[in-house]
Amino acid sequence: MLGNHAIVEGAIAAGCKFFAGYPITPANEISEGMAQRMPEVGGRFIQMEDELGSIFAVCGASLAGKKAMTATASAGYNYMQEGIEYAVAAEIPIVIVDVMRQRGENFPTQSDVMQARYGAAGDHEMIVLTPSSVQELFDLTVQAFNFAEQFRNPVIVLSEATISLMREGIRIPRQEELKIVNRKKPIDPPGEFMPFRGEEDLVPRMSEFGDEYKVLYTHNPHDEWGRIAWTPKLYEDLYNRITQKIANKADEIALYESLFTDDAEILLIAYGSEARGCLDAVTAARALGIKAGLLKLKNIWPIPAKAMVEAAHHSKKVLVPEMNTGRYYHVVKEVIGAGSEIISLPKNQGRIHSPDEILQEIKRAN
Amino acid sequence: MEHPNLKYIRGKKLPHMFCQGCGCGEILNCLLFAIDELKLDMSKMVAIGGVGCSSRIPAYLDMYAIHGIHGRNLAYATGVKLAKPELKVVVLTGDGDCGAIGGNHLIHAARRNLDVTVIMDNNGSYAMTGGQLAPTTPTGLYTTTTPRGNIERPFDICKLVEAAGGTYIARWTTAHPAALIRAIKQGLTHKGFAFIEVVSQCPTIYGRYALGISDPVENIEYLRKNSVTKEQAEKLPSEELVGKIVIGKFVEKQLPTLEDAYLGMERQVKRA
Repeated sequence: MLGNHAIVEGAIAAGCKFFAGYPITPANEISEGMAQRMPEVGGRFIQMEDELGSIFAVCGASLAGKKAMTATASAGYNYMQEGIEYAVAAEIPIVIVDVMRQRGENFPTQSDVMQARYGAAGDHEMIVLTPSSVQELFDLTVQAFNFAEQFRNPVIVLSEATISLMREGIRIPRQEELKIVNRKKPIDPPGEFMPFRGEEDLVPRMSEFGDEYKVLYTHNPHDEWGRIAWTPKLYEDLYNRITQKIANKADEIALYESLFTDDAEILLIAYGSEARGCLDAVTAARALGIKAGLLKLKNIWPIPAKAMVEAAHHSKKVLVPEMNTGRYYHVVKEVIGAGSEIISLPKNQGRIHSPDEILQEIKRAN
Repeated sequence: MEHPNLKYIRGKKLPHMFCQGCGCGEILNCLLFAIDELKLDMSKMVAIGGVGCSSRIPAYLDMYAIHGIHGRNLAYATGVKLAKPELKVVVLTGDGDCGAIGGNHLIHAARRNLDVTVIMDNNGSYAMTGGQLAPTTPTGLYTTTTPRGNIERPFDICKLVEAAGGTYIARWTTAHPAALIRAIKQGLTHKGFAFIEVVSQCPTIYGRYALGISDPVENIEYLRKNSVTKEQAEKLPSEELVGKIVIGKFVEKQLPTLEDAYLGMERQVKRA
């Protein structure tokens, strides 16, 4: 199956009933797939006039109770920051696929890893998932909807031209095998329901357009009733809750795979397509007697800090190969600290490191 | 005794944030009269605004509301209406929100004949930000960003919506509340893209600085005096129409809505 089509099927399996998009390579097969599939599953599809239109149509549909998604590529993802900012503030569950591409061209890159986290204005946390295969595009798209519904926050599937346009055999689980999360509905009657009061998990329950709750959504500072209100303390409390509902759960959200990390003296930390070559390189290094290991990150935000620290426990050196100028390296350095030497391995040529290139770096570090 | 329309205000909470004598309060009131006379079920409605003075009107309505991002009101509305076509959506917007930053969404929502009612408050400037040039500011007028007078031509947004494919289009002013209520009622019951422009007064900024009139009543009087009906306008030479506000109903026709077209396609898919 084509990577972008795996995203379509993952979204449908997760319960997606609304898609809005605007043409951009290399994300077009997602829109085209959704145009075909949405009417077949009782969902709605629309091609909007621009990316801003797409992200706000998705916000509107989600407020009307539908699981909703849009898909774009790096330059289009720029435009969507406005809507992501709104969805953070109004706590709207939405999923955005960003198929990363080089500036102005369509060749592969991982250069949006910071934009995916920090693009939107204002205080916010972001959940960003980084698939490395067509199977993971399916699985992590389902997971993205589950996180969006659980946390009432935008969730980003950060795909790459490499992965999205690749064909691989995948296994689509039967619907009953999948764990599907739906947003919590109000239990208090209208008049008593406080639409922006976080529960124990800091996430409020959510009503939908057409029921009796008549909530006002705004990105202005608002109280727990949703009334536009401004006091310095109210503002601070609101954004503490909106950010902490995710930041406090970073370890629970963390998705990763560890390979030979128990005794790894040389650790590779990689995400997305870059993790593919690392897998072979680590296996080859072990065959040579080098204690190499791999931590493959399937989410990069919120930072899976505990997993990184644990994996680097015995490591003298940590290598961070990336298909950009070396961006996430800085995060790894901050998290793991001075305990290990952190080495950035950037390769910014529109292609990933080959297993042999990684192996050479492991040997050099050894 | 409380005002008969207070029951339609969120939490019955007043006063509102609009300046004394602002046209937004009048538009809010006219909308409430229209809802009352039509006996609409407000729990099946959604009000959507962007940013600007008039875009704050949704926050006062006792219905689901989006106080949104600048200019994006019709993008939200497209998502809401496709997700739940049975909901009645009313968009409260301004000439900057809808005619400048949201212009792309406006023309495409009109083209699709999205079944929503847009009430655009045209006060001739960006009032909330202090009175900058708007796409509707007449040529020659002084604003904070046209200190030597506006060198551009103003936008006739009703004509834009007509060209884009809107199926109900009318323009009134806050000096014509009875006609405005009638037009809002027609817009709310019209199936398709209804666009109602309300030329309104801003005594605090536009009236005071651009027109030199700070008294709200005098501002409304200025709107009344400068208004000509569509029928009168047709007989006047174009030079006499400069600076005039042409009022009336310009378009009313029935065409398939986006929602109905989609649902029709969906039924065909299900049958196949």
